[in-house]
Amino acid sequence: MTFRKYLVLAGVSVFAPVGDSLLSYGMKQIGNISLTHFSELLLAITNPWVALGILFLLGFFASYMTALSFADLTYVLPASSMGYVLLALIARFALHENISLLRWLGILLVSTGVGFVTSGPELTRRPPRQRRNDGEVAMEHS
Amino acid sequence: MIRHAISDLNGWLAILAIVLSSSAGDVLLSRGMKQIGDLGTLRSKRGLVFVFLLVSRNRYFLLGVACMAISFYSLLFGLSWNDVSLVGPAAASLTFVANAIAAKFFLHERVDRRRWAAALFVAAGVVLMAF
Repeated sequence: MTFRKYLVLAGVSVFAPVGDSLLSYGMKQIGNISLTHFSELLLAITNPWVALGILFLLGFFASYMTALSFADLTYVLPASSMGYVLLALIARFALHENISLLRWLGILLVSTGVGFVTSGPELTRRPPRQRRNDGEVAMEHS
Repeated sequence: MIRHAISDLNGWLAILAIVLSSSAGDVLLSRGMKQIGDLGTLRSKRGLVFVFLLVSRNRYFLLGVACMAISFYSLLFGLSWNDVSLVGPAAASLTFVANAIAAKFFLHERVDRRRWAAALFVAAGVVLMAF
């Protein structure tokens, strides 16, 4: 794993929860949208928080695709679940929300899971004959 | 009473649909990206536009995105029948386990004890964090 790959995984972890939070904040400013006023949903992107949230979610998707291009799915998913922990820590220390004991236990379990998976190899080793579009051998990426 | 049972049944059907479609989506996206190769290396060699075109024309990627869209609408359906506090964590945590199984059988990833443990710990953690 290179520093660039860790940065991509950090991108997956950070962009998704921050994007979701921005969308949630923006949509609460807009208020309830009824199905009879569906056009209001399209205008929602003019809200700066919603627009910023969408940008973050696009960033998430780009980092997620990049991560899946060099690491196994069973590595990327648990490793990027640090985002849940990050969201809880933001809620506790930035928004001063109360975090229950069960939630702290959840944070501990998720962090342990992330520790397990990141201590192993990120890609299943394949026979060298499997070549990729960029001409590199799959084994060279580990 | 019956109304409550229908609501519960629809909620769990939605959770099943979310787990299946989102796992299928993840597997297809992963397969597509592995077929293309390391996007970072490709971008530095051939440029961002080339990578964008390559990804957007990959059929596994397109099928994966379609599955993700089905998963999103199943989530909306589920939320209309049941609480977000049930549908959200249940779907998210079961997806971790379903993904590990799907990756082992469809992507032939080497899911060793460490990865099983990671999937189960994260799945349990996600459920607890909903409280």
